[in-house]
Amino acid sequence: MLSDQIRLALEAIVGAENVSSSSTDRITHSFDATQQQFLPDVVVHAETSEQVSRIVRLANSEKIPILPRGAGSGFTGGSLPIRGGIVLVLTRMNRILSIDTDNLVAIVEPGVITGRLQKEVERLGLFYPPDPASKDFSTLGGNIAECAGGPRCVKYGVTRDYVLGLEVVTPTGDIIHTGGRTMKNVVGYDLTRLFVGSEGTLGIATQIILRLLPKPEGRKTMLVAFADIDSAAQAVSDIIRGKIIPTTLEFMDASALDCVRKTGNLDLPLDCRAVLIIEVDGDSALLDGQIQRILEIIQPLGVLETRIAETTAESEAIWKVRRSVSPSLRKLNPDKFNEDIVVPRSKVPDMIRALETISERYDVPIVNFGHAGDGNIHVNVMVDLAQSGMRKTVQLALNDIFQAAVKLGGSVSGEHGIGTAKAPYIGMELDQATLAAMQAIKKALDPNNIMNPGKIFLDESVPEPPEKPAEIST
Amino acid sequence: MDVLKTLEQYGPQLAQCVRCGACQAHCPVYLETCREGSVARGKIVLAAALLNGEVGLEDRLQQEIGLCLLCGSCVAKCPNQVPTDAIVAALRRRITHEQGLSPIGKKVATLTGSQSLMKGLIRGAELLSPLLFKKIPKTSGLQLRFSPAGLEGRTLPPIPERTLSARVPEYLEGKADKPVLGFFAGCAITYLYPEIGEALVTLLHTLGYSVVFPKSQGCCGMPALSSGNEPLLNKLATANVNAFEGHEVDAIVTACASCHGALAGHYAEKNGNPFGAEVIDIHLFLAQHGLVEHLAALPRWQKQVRVTYHDPCHLRTQGITKEPRQLLQALPQVDFVEMEDAGLCCGLGGTFTAAHPDLSRAIGDRKLGGLQKSGATAIASGCPGCIMQLQDSINRAGLQIKAVHPLDLILQAMTAPPR
Repeated sequence: MLSDQIRLALEAIVGAENVSSSSTDRITHSFDATQQQFLPDVVVHAETSEQVSRIVRLANSEKIPILPRGAGSGFTGGSLPIRGGIVLVLTRMNRILSIDTDNLVAIVEPGVITGRLQKEVERLGLFYPPDPASKDFSTLGGNIAECAGGPRCVKYGVTRDYVLGLEVVTPTGDIIHTGGRTMKNVVGYDLTRLFVGSEGTLGIATQIILRLLPKPEGRKTMLVAFADIDSAAQAVSDIIRGKIIPTTLEFMDASALDCVRKTGNLDLPLDCRAVLIIEVDGDSALLDGQIQRILEIIQPLGVLETRIAETTAESEAIWKVRRSVSPSLRKLNPDKFNEDIVVPRSKVPDMIRALETISERYDVPIVNFGHAGDGNIHVNVMVDLAQSGMRKTVQLALNDIFQAAVKLGGSVSGEHGIGTAKAPYIGMELDQATLAAMQAIKKALDPNNIMNPGKIFLDESVPEPPEKPAEIST
Repeated sequence: MDVLKTLEQYGPQLAQCVRCGACQAHCPVYLETCREGSVARGKIVLAAALLNGEVGLEDRLQQEIGLCLLCGSCVAKCPNQVPTDAIVAALRRRITHEQGLSPIGKKVATLTGSQSLMKGLIRGAELLSPLLFKKIPKTSGLQLRFSPAGLEGRTLPPIPERTLSARVPEYLEGKADKPVLGFFAGCAITYLYPEIGEALVTLLHTLGYSVVFPKSQGCCGMPALSSGNEPLLNKLATANVNAFEGHEVDAIVTACASCHGALAGHYAEKNGNPFGAEVIDIHLFLAQHGLVEHLAALPRWQKQVRVTYHDPCHLRTQGITKEPRQLLQALPQVDFVEMEDAGLCCGLGGTFTAAHPDLSRAIGDRKLGGLQKSGATAIASGCPGCIMQLQDSINRAGLQIKAVHPLDLILQAMTAPPR
């Protein structure tokens, strides 16, 4: 519990109505999408950079953990107050400060919802591409902390590719400015890239400068059914080798198709064991040509069926197949462990085979779908934790999954981040010297370890999760 | 009659919330406050903590539980369909049960639950404010919406001279081979917009139906539910079920989405439909009985009115979104256009508007952008509460748009000469 003195100091900064240590507010800010819960000592809502700076300065001088929080929709525990302290909520810092149509730049506060910015810029004929599944509720501050991705990243890249500059409150309370409003900028270290994906451990972004693109004129969607995952993966490689970069290249493997089939929402032949959903965008006049070219490339690969959407409704029907996967999963088992491993594009079939082996080894259903175009596979281990010993089994299976991904030249997380959930596995991928370099940066910027402590790096003092393990998510 | 479930009975549904946060994108209150306690996910966590004994009914908890329109937007978009609206209502009953009624809850109780209710709504007319409440007896849940807090800065429809009860008979005989329909009107139609009720009765009678309008019916109980008053809701449910008892009706129609939500939804929450006949929304009924085709066959009018539609929450959450649109599209005098955010709550939310007038208005104002962009000169909605709130938002913005009930337009098409 915080002393009255500290609470009063916080109230002096943001006003009493924005500081609460009631059980109610502590409980409503104790969780994120991992479903774990850790109570903070106090919840503070800030509305200006100046307030954030003063709060961080106070936390630093009193050595109180401080947790920046946006929508609280992360999958790896990034906003969990595992050591109590101050949860600093930034959702009310939600102004779009400017959209510069001459220079294609937007300046926003961290609490702006990603989908809202997209809507606003699209009204002006512009485009902000990163599209995490949570874009309708997650904040740009959170997207930057986790370096969020999404289906469109095949063609357009991830959040980091759109951040030109940041205003950051460092863990000592200083307000610094990285990058700028220009495409080119080589003055000093590229701190912008350091802060993007730092999971709120190095500072709090209070202003964000984003790069925008002209909005593509049109979009076309197609679904391709394959007899096996190898053909689908071959198709992905061949399309890219054919110098076409689709906007999205989503896949569903046999396990995912079986899941949807069980709900009766799939009218694809039974011998279809893999599906690609391919979308292209750009000048309307060129879309049909691109689709034609893709069809020519994939035709030799044992394609069972292709569907090209001619209308928005038909395109919706195709995407509905993909969106039916997640809701259908819970019919398998009540508890879902959703991992977002990534492997080199060409290794997707090897990874799928490894997943099938692991599924058999531990006798647990594993359902796979995701972004084939960039090798980012959403692996869903579906179990019933009420079964005795299941928790241990899941941990062993996850361990094998991460090992397999790293062995294939991949990574344990493509877009969800490390947080607490994946901290135990970070050593599989990063050697000791690399980890030490990262920790040296953390220590230099945050000497008192107050800024989102205990995240990313395995920390023995992290308390055991009270209920379910961290990987559970939707 | 005991119709509602307890908070404990919602335990399994509480466990289905996976804390993904998707509700944040759809909660009208959260969009204004940006605070976690406002949104479904926060309330579900509080309900679970309350059941586990991790938190008591402290003031902050009561405030957060009060911040809900019961609009059901979150339920419709929840990947696991957690019924947060019903859970919040159950939480409010828990609070009332242990701590008594809030000041607003007390007002609801005095207004909608007084003895005179049992004698029939009409005779209970003791006036609260002589000017405004001349025609609205204190037994109506409406009084609350016009309580001093709710009234400040609000524009109101002119209070009609004669209530619905004075305008339509208790029984109107139709053709012998056509079904007999019961009509549950509710407070807003009876006292504020009797012309909607009149339109419904005239329309059904024109189509050959016999209409029974039992005058002993009272408030549907939505304000009681919203303020956590379970005994009162049970009492009103009993009174209304009794009102239709003895009348041989084939179905009971409603023209108020909220009344429909109470009668078809909450009355049936625990033990199923307590009425002897199905309770059905008038749009659904008319669409099912061929009126869309009938309207579409009428000669088109020269003069077209551009009309858009606002989904009342209590129809949207019941899945009644297609039928009102089909009817409007079929109208000979209407050029129907969709508006952006048609499904966004108008912000009235039963007792919400009385407890949080500023928030209620801010939420209502969110409708205006899409409405203006649609170019419509009229916005239709199947709920008199929404009509009142929409008109108020429109008036405050100084726009020349009229909020109407689809029935007004349907009756016009069927009875007025084409223009």
